[in-house]
Amino acid sequence: MSLTAATLFPHRISIITGHYGTGKTEFSVNLALALIREREQVMLADLDIVNPYFRSREQRPLLESAGVRVISSSQACSDADVPSLPPELLAILENREITGVLDIGGDPVGARVLARFRPRIQMEDYQLIYVINANRPEVRTPETAIDYLRSIEAITGLTCTGLVNNTHLCGETTADQIRKGAALAAAVSEQTGLPILCHTAEQRLAEELSDLPQPVFPISIHMKKPWE
Amino acid sequence: MEKELWKGNEAIAEAAIRAGCDCFFGYPITPQSEVPEYMSVHLPKAGGVFVQSESEIAAINMVYGAAGSGMRAMTSSSSPGISLKQEGITYLAGAEVPAVIVNCMRGGPGLGTIQPSQGDYFQATRGGGNGDYRTVVLAPSNVQETVDFVQEAFDIADQYRNPVMIVMDGLIGQMMEPIEWRPIPKRDLPPKTWAAGGRYGREVHNVINSLYIDPNACDEHNQRLTEKFDEIARNEIRWEEVQCEDADIVITAYGTPARIALTAIENLRAKGIRVGLFRPISLWPFPEKVLGELAAQDHVKAFLDVEMSSVGQMLEDVRLSVEGRKPIRYLGHAGGVMPTVEEMTEAVEQLWKEVQ
Repeated sequence: MSLTAATLFPHRISIITGHYGTGKTEFSVNLALALIREREQVMLADLDIVNPYFRSREQRPLLESAGVRVISSSQACSDADVPSLPPELLAILENREITGVLDIGGDPVGARVLARFRPRIQMEDYQLIYVINANRPEVRTPETAIDYLRSIEAITGLTCTGLVNNTHLCGETTADQIRKGAALAAAVSEQTGLPILCHTAEQRLAEELSDLPQPVFPISIHMKKPWE
Repeated sequence: MEKELWKGNEAIAEAAIRAGCDCFFGYPITPQSEVPEYMSVHLPKAGGVFVQSESEIAAINMVYGAAGSGMRAMTSSSSPGISLKQEGITYLAGAEVPAVIVNCMRGGPGLGTIQPSQGDYFQATRGGGNGDYRTVVLAPSNVQETVDFVQEAFDIADQYRNPVMIVMDGLIGQMMEPIEWRPIPKRDLPPKTWAAGGRYGREVHNVINSLYIDPNACDEHNQRLTEKFDEIARNEIRWEEVQCEDADIVITAYGTPARIALTAIENLRAKGIRVGLFRPISLWPFPEKVLGELAAQDHVKAFLDVEMSSVGQMLEDVRLSVEGRKPIRYLGHAGGVMPTVEEMTEAVEQLWKEVQ
């Protein structure tokens, strides 16, 4: 099987959820950049209403130069903590020519933004992806990770369809860290029946992880700190 | 110990719980709201009390009451909220009640912006409330230091019976970093026999008060406080020097700008300009003497002070320490804009041309 983003994530709309710090935004940005290489029209919607900093809208120049359209709150609100949603979001939901990535804020409160679109989303071909990071203290055991997943499902009224192991430790990520995350993802998968769609890894680590039973989705780090 | 990935604000709350914080009183404000959010979930499980107060003023006065009865109490906020707490902080200092206060700074003045800033340096180090008092002010520059300092802050506050502030720009509260929970040096603390926690067999209750009707008694009280502040100034100064031993130019910076400076210093040294970093960690007491000694070194030609402040606030302390021995230039932004590696590099190159 060739490892293309469209085979790993075959549904038209990818909704990315998880606890903050799991790396949803980094994954969303990488997924959108991978999809645009395979699809005509890709849009990334930054629907994070809970984090004031480190949001995917900060990557607008990179994404737009690659051809990805970025949707976020109006410019006037881009640095405000106003829980407003962009009207262009409907373009992703209604135009079936578009491949969409929805980056959702990092907790069940952040996921609430999806609830009002539930009827519309349910009419579409979508996947709700739950991002796992075994280094995040509040979601590092199968029980706590599943509790969090269920609360996101309860608030959004949508059902999760797959897991992505995005275990990282910022610049200190190692292959063993990712394997630790793979073990957590396997336990969550076993208890929930949800498939592990992939593990993510920077290219430098991807080759060391060929033993993992699921594909490794290579990523580049775009969400950097001001001294990096 | 294995490293874990923590968001700065959550880590502050967890660090306080691990340090034995009994009570947290707070009110949400961006960019620090994860502190009360985490506390609301985890502090009650650890046997403590969490109250979301009706305002910042209420929160600091709840701290005053709880800490006055001998509890380890804490509040946190961001700049405009810390302004509201100033009355309570001066009462804490006046009544000699220990407490830990976290300021996750955002842009000002007024409501400003929710983006990171360091515009509250004057407020923190000069005493934002009325009267003659000082708060111990620790400024971490990464999440690891933040959790270490928060844990230590409770001991420092108890030792001196004085409020301790942890100040960091909003970025440190909002960013994710790997940390480890390492052992924190514990201080030998006396029992809180001063606290209004009951009579414990004595004839009378302790009274927590900052009111002195007799001016002479108030003067004496102030003299005693001054001796205490002098003692703190002797014992609690902290700073870090990076590559200062041969530096021609020294950047002074704290918090996030200090980290940005390290990248600029690396670039500048690669270009052959010898640059170092002097990072005050305790903003009060300020490392005045050591910075003055550095300024007296022949190899040091000039200083560049960098802050997330438009007017330059720590700049005043740098000037007081350097005492005119060497020229000082300033680079600053406010309102949530961070100085970049490129700007710092350029400012140092310009300064180097001037002083060469």
